[in-house]
Amino acid sequence: MAKIESTFFDIGYLDTLSYQQSPIHRLDPRAKLIVTLVFVVAVVSFDRYEISGLLGFFLFPVVMVSLGDLPLGYLLKKLLLVAPFAVFIGIFNPILDRQVMIVMGPLAISGGWVSFISILLRFGLTVTAALILIATSSFAGVCLALERLKVPRSFAVQLLFLYRYLFVLIAETRRLLRARTLRSFDGRGLGIKVVGSLIGHLLLRTLNRGRRIYLAMLCRGFDGEIHTMRRLKMTGWDFIFMFGWILFFIVIRNHNLPQLIGNLLTGVF
Amino acid sequence: MHMADALLSPAVGGAMWVVAGGGITYCAGKIRDDMADSRIPLMGVLAAFVFAAQMINFTIPGTGSSGHLGGGLLLAIILGPHAGFLAMASVLTVQALFFADGGLLALGCNIFNLGFIPCFVVYPYIYQLIIGQTPSRKKMTTAIIVSAVIALQIGALGVVTETVFSGVSSLPFNSFVLLMQPIHLAIGLVEGMVTAGVVSFIVKADPSIILAADRRDDQQQSETSIGKKILLPLLAVAVITAGIFSWFASSNPDGLEWSIYKVTGSEEVEAPEQGIHHSLEKLQEKTALLPDYGFKNDEAAVVPGPENGSGSTVAIGTSVAGLLGGALVLLLMVLLGFILKIKRHSRTE
Repeated sequence: MAKIESTFFDIGYLDTLSYQQSPIHRLDPRAKLIVTLVFVVAVVSFDRYEISGLLGFFLFPVVMVSLGDLPLGYLLKKLLLVAPFAVFIGIFNPILDRQVMIVMGPLAISGGWVSFISILLRFGLTVTAALILIATSSFAGVCLALERLKVPRSFAVQLLFLYRYLFVLIAETRRLLRARTLRSFDGRGLGIKVVGSLIGHLLLRTLNRGRRIYLAMLCRGFDGEIHTMRRLKMTGWDFIFMFGWILFFIVIRNHNLPQLIGNLLTGVF
Repeated sequence: MHMADALLSPAVGGAMWVVAGGGITYCAGKIRDDMADSRIPLMGVLAAFVFAAQMINFTIPGTGSSGHLGGGLLLAIILGPHAGFLAMASVLTVQALFFADGGLLALGCNIFNLGFIPCFVVYPYIYQLIIGQTPSRKKMTTAIIVSAVIALQIGALGVVTETVFSGVSSLPFNSFVLLMQPIHLAIGLVEGMVTAGVVSFIVKADPSIILAADRRDDQQQSETSIGKKILLPLLAVAVITAGIFSWFASSNPDGLEWSIYKVTGSEEVEAPEQGIHHSLEKLQEKTALLPDYGFKNDEAAVVPGPENGSGSTVAIGTSVAGLLGGALVLLLMVLLGFILKIKRHSRTE
């Protein structure tokens, strides 16, 4: 888990990104959600030794990032931050799988390295897809899309609540942590004992806040649903976007694009 | 530890989505029937709380490292299993979307490992069993620590099983288990101690919160058992489908390719006779010396084809083709990205 400052920054920053105006942002969140899910399934459905077939899939993040005005550097940095788990599990492949697979002159590459690179590519593709989804559709948009796609309403509403309180609670936690740091010398008071009551206090405040908010909401006519001004409507562009990408994914899932181009080139020259 | 998309096969990920989705639907229905909407905001706040609490790091005595709270068990204790499960699922959803902890396809697995197991396996069968009818401080602390350890052990086992079933990682089941379980024993102990600390603080400061939860559980006791009756078969169905799917996925295409190789002498399945693929392949057949796949030689051991004789040139040639094609595709994409970006900016200015 990232440090609190950067976490706060991340959520805030992704949230800001999602309120930009761009052709991608204007699309219906449902279309983006479905395309992202198809994308992820297509990417992970490849054989474990696939590399070249995966490369074609980079078209999707490239188009989304450039048309959606997303900062590439930031996305790459996030990718590096969460990489350790995939690397940690994947790094065993080169050790365990030593069957030589590719020979390039004097260089022999084992199957393990090939599948390790494949894991890294998958990781990069799926993680950026999720980040792009949230940075182009906003969390509220995704929740709305989920609800329309028949995810139980109480779950979707509850997700919205979580998101709304998150900023408040993170700010509060930051204050708690700053107070703890200011009072601790030589690392004293940073152990489990203090944390128990620290989190306990946070919990009590949270519960009180929850009650207060709920009463306030009842006074304003809360009936178990959150009504937003935003109306979701699938337009022609949304359908073109959705079916265009899905078609593209199906085609490059079944035909190895880089291999074809490469064969063509080596054939020509 | 969160499961990641990169290690997952669609069959396993999809099956776990079915389980998580079924669990969410069931619990949401239950919440709606039981106490209307009053607890939805509370669940939202508490889920946000778990998030915030995870940011409070603390040093673990004896080691230099630091830990943080997982939260599933704490939510189950305060909210009861159904609402706790929903809250935990929403925490994991936000983590998947904003922090790329796990991923979208792996979300089902994570909800199962970190939400379903603490709320519906450990909470009713271990936590409540130890606490029994007459709760005391001591019993509660033991119950929480034991439950946290067991929950994380089962959760880690879940990660291992899902990874091995997916077959993307080469790690065999045994060594993966040996790798994961001891780490999670330590994590579980820490999580248990922190959760126990928080709960005992709450019991001292405002016992009504936990007491209310206990009373509610008594009322629901009979109903949760019905819940288990529904959820366990669902789980069984998912496990079976995943098993069948992954068996097909792992053995069938390879076998198919192998037999195609036997029949035609080429591993490649010909593209349908139409459009650009066909003409490209025609061109390729005419001009290229090396109409073969470079990378996807999964069963090199089974198929003794291109290795001997002129085989080495074949291998070199195809991998060159693959590399060249791949490099070109990447280059084109970078270019495309720049062009789109520039175009967009010139339009907005």
